[in-house]
Amino acid sequence: MLHVNNLTASIGGTPILNGLDLNVGSGEVHAIMGPNGSGKSTFAHALAGRDGYEIAGTATLDGVNLLDMEPEARAAAGLFIGFQYPVEIPGVNNMYFLRTALNSVRRARGETEIGARDFLSVAQEAMDLVEMKQDFLHRAVNAGFSGGEKKRNEILQMAVMEPRLAVLDETDSGLDIDALRIVASGVNALRGPERSMIVITHYQRLLNYIKPDFVHVLVDGQIVKSGDHTLALHLEDHGYADFVNHDLDDAPERPLSGAVR
Amino acid sequence: MSEALREIKELTDAAYEYGFSTDLDTDIAPPGLTEDTVRLISGKKDEPEWLLEWRLKAFKAWQSMDEPDWAKLEIQPIDYQSLSYWAAPTSKPVLDSMDDVDPDIRDMFDKLGIPLHEQKMLSNVAVDAIVDSVSVTTTFKKTLAEAGVIFCSFSEAVQDHPELVREHLGSVVPVRDNYFAALNSAVFSDGSFCYIPAGVRCPMELSTYFRINAENTGQFERTLIIAEEDSHVSYLEGCTAPQRDENQLHAAVVELVAKDRSEIKYSTVQNWYPGDENGVGGIYNFVTKRGRAHTEAKISWTQVETGSAITWKYPSVILQGDRSIGEFYSVALSTKRQQADTGTKMIHIGADTTSSIISKGISAARGQNTYRGLVKVLRSAENARNYTQCDSLLIGKECGAHTIPYIEVKNPSAQVEHEASTSTVGEDQLYYCRQRGMTEEDAMSMIVNGFCREVFDELPMEFAVEAQRLLSVSLEGSVG
Repeated sequence: MLHVNNLTASIGGTPILNGLDLNVGSGEVHAIMGPNGSGKSTFAHALAGRDGYEIAGTATLDGVNLLDMEPEARAAAGLFIGFQYPVEIPGVNNMYFLRTALNSVRRARGETEIGARDFLSVAQEAMDLVEMKQDFLHRAVNAGFSGGEKKRNEILQMAVMEPRLAVLDETDSGLDIDALRIVASGVNALRGPERSMIVITHYQRLLNYIKPDFVHVLVDGQIVKSGDHTLALHLEDHGYADFVNHDLDDAPERPLSGAVR
Repeated sequence: MSEALREIKELTDAAYEYGFSTDLDTDIAPPGLTEDTVRLISGKKDEPEWLLEWRLKAFKAWQSMDEPDWAKLEIQPIDYQSLSYWAAPTSKPVLDSMDDVDPDIRDMFDKLGIPLHEQKMLSNVAVDAIVDSVSVTTTFKKTLAEAGVIFCSFSEAVQDHPELVREHLGSVVPVRDNYFAALNSAVFSDGSFCYIPAGVRCPMELSTYFRINAENTGQFERTLIIAEEDSHVSYLEGCTAPQRDENQLHAAVVELVAKDRSEIKYSTVQNWYPGDENGVGGIYNFVTKRGRAHTEAKISWTQVETGSAITWKYPSVILQGDRSIGEFYSVALSTKRQQADTGTKMIHIGADTTSSIISKGISAARGQNTYRGLVKVLRSAENARNYTQCDSLLIGKECGAHTIPYIEVKNPSAQVEHEASTSTVGEDQLYYCRQRGMTEEDAMSMIVNGFCREVFDELPMEFAVEAQRLLSVSLEGSVG
């Protein structure tokens, strides 16, 4: 469903992604792990079309190249980013924001827009998923939200938008154990044969709750190792140090002191 | 960033949506302003002697005054002698039926999206539509009359209720108050008059749409609202104007008299032609608006200012009576080459008086937006309270926002608070919204409307919708 081929991204001539390849099949959940500065978030923003990057390569979602499209068109094509740092929009009611977002993509797809009343039941279902109270909808978007509320709000939005591909960028960062459980169960409830997910995280902790089909290790803008769930467990024990020299075959055996540069 | 700037530029060039001119058969006085001009206007309107004398006194005062230059505005010199001070549609239709209204005028209102007949039927809003200087039609008069409310053109009030006009005219804004108020007092053409008897809650929102139509004609509206004791009225004023190449001078005066325990809510949506992106054309808007609040009375100004090349406007409240309340809620948008110097004056005289000021200034393209506000607490005002919040939003890199608060406190029991913030519409906010499928334009519109929420919440429902639409339309022409 998603085919990323030789994706490069740089800012002001500084390369961040260096030929990233990734294939995600329908219904699959992939985890991307990697140390700070390895390009994890840049990958999400490159897919979403954030300004300021020089981009090359291809990233096709259901056969269309996302990289040729405006950010809003990518959203309409079914791409959803769960932001690491959701922005605040003072004065804009959360429910209004959600409905505007949903109807924007529906309009772009030639579907009919959803009226305020029908939307309420859509929103209610999504609210239950992330265990949010009603007043949540009437507060301004992310304004004054706690870290946990912001992340739950991202999952709420995902539930409403029903994307083909969701990229969750460090959704677990800054969450306490209860919030993590709520977010993870929300994500799990949204898994399905028609929906793929890429979960970007530092820690394997999240992957105890969201079981990925594949785990990739991103270092210096490239995927240096792919594997199944056990790879995450290995990372938990050994850290990323094994991978920073790109020499993978004997990585686990490498003495720790030799890996620190 | 450069991408966003480019789009801002592109959108800034969008044409003024309401730029058109309806060809009405207009009766225009020759240009120039002398005592004879004042006499001509008064004569055309068949005014009583006392009013002519009042105008002449104002004219004399005006001649001895100088244009104010303290505002943060760059103004091309105005040649007052090149303007015409009187214009009236010659075909004044019968007032009691919309069918009798000039089709051209109706068509003009339709273009503006103000279908009078529909409003009349559906929205329960009485509309006193003003085209140039003479009232064209007044609706809902009957319903209002049953409640004892007088709502008519200023000229009619002069003829039908001279004692009320004479008692209150100039009682809040004296003829010598300022240069533009003096000019208005000398040559005012028409406007609205509103009288709410004691104990009456006005059964509907009162609404007036102002239009400037005749080319090169100054527009000098005069509005007087009197709320007797224990009465309540909500008044709406909205305006748009056709596209013009020459600057048009507008110097209105609005006086509000709120007697004991009464409440006047005055809402304005202002969308006059702002001029083009090079600053050519556009309305010069010098307005004096002031209300006097007696004991336990409340005066609330809400304004949404998106138009005009120059806005010079400080709706004010004299908190004369004990426990009186003054409020000012403002959204001012400056884009293209627009300049706005606007704010309020809250003059606390009575004890336990309260005022609040919420100002939202939006600057885009090459617009300059200044909040200028005075909070003055006199010695007599025991326990006066003021809260002021000034928020500025910047869109793009060539605009400016300025906040100039004046606070003068003569009574140590006063509590005066001032909060100010300046922010930009963030790239990250736009990106976030676009990732959720919204176009950049929709996102900008939503973010800016959110910024203005506290003010829009103060507008009557139908006006709030119009104001949001207006802001979005203005933003289409100013930001990306």
